Amino acid sequence: MEPIVVNNNFKSEEYFINMGPQHPATHGVLRLLLTIDGEIIKKVEPDLGYIHRSIEKMCERDSYQQIVHLTDRMDYLSSNINNEAVCLAIENALQLEVPERVKVIRTIIGELTRIASHTLWWGVMGMDVGAFTTFFYGFRDREMINDIFEETCGARLTMNYNMPGGLMFDIHPNFIKRTKEFVAHFKTKLPEYDALLTNNIIFQHRTKGVGILTKEDAISFGASGPVGRASGYSCDVRVHHPYSALDKVKFKEAMRTTGDTFARYEVRIEEMWESLSIIEQLIDNIPEGDYKVATNAVIKLPKGEFYQRVETARGELGVYIISTGTKNAHRVKFRSPGFSNLSLLNHISVGSKIGDLVAIMATLDLVIPDIDR
Amino acid sequence: MTNEALQNIITTWIPELEFSEAESQFLNITVKPEQLHELMLQLKNNNETKFDYLFCLSGVDWGTDLGVVYHLESTDYRHTIVVKVKTADRENPTFDSVCDIWKTAEFHEREVFDFFGIKFNNHPNLKRLFLTEDWSGFPLRKDYVDEINMIVK
Repeated sequence: MEPIVVNNNFKSEEYFINMGPQHPATHGVLRLLLTIDGEIIKKVEPDLGYIHRSIEKMCERDSYQQIVHLTDRMDYLSSNINNEAVCLAIENALQLEVPERVKVIRTIIGELTRIASHTLWWGVMGMDVGAFTTFFYGFRDREMINDIFEETCGARLTMNYNMPGGLMFDIHPNFIKRTKEFVAHFKTKLPEYDALLTNNIIFQHRTKGVGILTKEDAISFGASGPVGRASGYSCDVRVHHPYSALDKVKFKEAMRTTGDTFARYEVRIEEMWESLSIIEQLIDNIPEGDYKVATNAVIKLPKGEFYQRVETARGELGVYIISTGTKNAHRVKFRSPGFSNLSLLNHISVGSKIGDLVAIMATLDLVIPDIDR
Repeated sequence: MTNEALQNIITTWIPELEFSEAESQFLNITVKPEQLHELMLQLKNNNETKFDYLFCLSGVDWGTDLGVVYHLESTDYRHTIVVKVKTADRENPTFDSVCDIWKTAEFHEREVFDFFGIKFNNHPNLKRLFLTEDWSGFPLRKDYVDEINMIVK
């Protein structure tokens, strides 16, 4: 019998399409140059720099106190943690021991920042894959945290609450009460998140088995944060290099092994539970004492190199300061988590469809100013 | 593994390396450009060192020298090390790329090329990452001048 020859009349042809720089699914001015064949992605090439402000160059010009304020504008959803990273780097360089009270407050606010970032991510993640309600649920809960921040330091997003040597002000008298109210409130709301989105069968079909990242690739691409941990790679800086009061608390590093979009989603949901647990362990035990130690009006770091790693909501942030002993840094480098996480986008999305790419990008949780520093 | 033990192992591969622990919390190695790739490959593949995580790659302008600083960590042993490579050639600084060893280096090296003008041999896609193709100069170099957009104190 002769083999059947299938006569395919539809010719396959590759072409380019732009996604962004103002596409709703890119969460900022990121432009992706897609090479596609039908709806199958052949190549994703990010085009960066639309909002690059050269923060690293500005850091060489400004004083060390001023540098802290610039870091808000990198990953604005983790602004407090960015501030903390620079302050820790400067304090380590000066060998300045900050009071226990400062460490505990920094950790509590850091975890609140993480929850605020993850609730926003959860809201827009749902919206990216077609579930509109999540956006309102996420923003409702995030609003409570922003109100706490506003009462504490006057700002809701770019906080500038940290400074080298401690904090700008002491916490507001209502801080402990309102934080406890939030924790109690959010514990009843997180199961709703699961009921609304996690257990939704359409959502699971959109995310399971999509954009798989293996553990070896996660390490090689320098993935960090929930992106790395969803691939079974233990990369939480809070566990391996604890800072502030994180060595005093017990928490589980949220991990999954499948490495797909759904795993990255689950890791972030679990991280919110763990952050609540960290806050609960600390909120009743804030030590008495000063909220800052005095530093010189002009900070001069000793000659040398200083590196500080922290875990932002997106992953590992590194602050690398080279000092020549003057009042300005010779070089400041920020190792941003989003930059490394973006570099693996092409690797995990080749072969999937455009709709999958949107879901993959949502769980990489990119904040573009963090990439375009 | 302690810094001392690391130093003892690494010296057996390439004898003429410079080690330093002064003014830094890590063990620093300064390597000649022509030995960079060989050292990096050993650091990644040797079973006792296993530096599989390149967590930071920075370009640095030391004034006279241009160079690159690599921060490495082992995810198995959790030890860290810093590798530095420098060149006095400001016209055409070139090092070997390490993106065949750590894939994250591909983007980071493009960033360094963009802002410092340091070229990397064997890089698959070495072109500007943030700035436009027709941009002249390399902004993070110390001798970069832009009279319109920069405020100099």
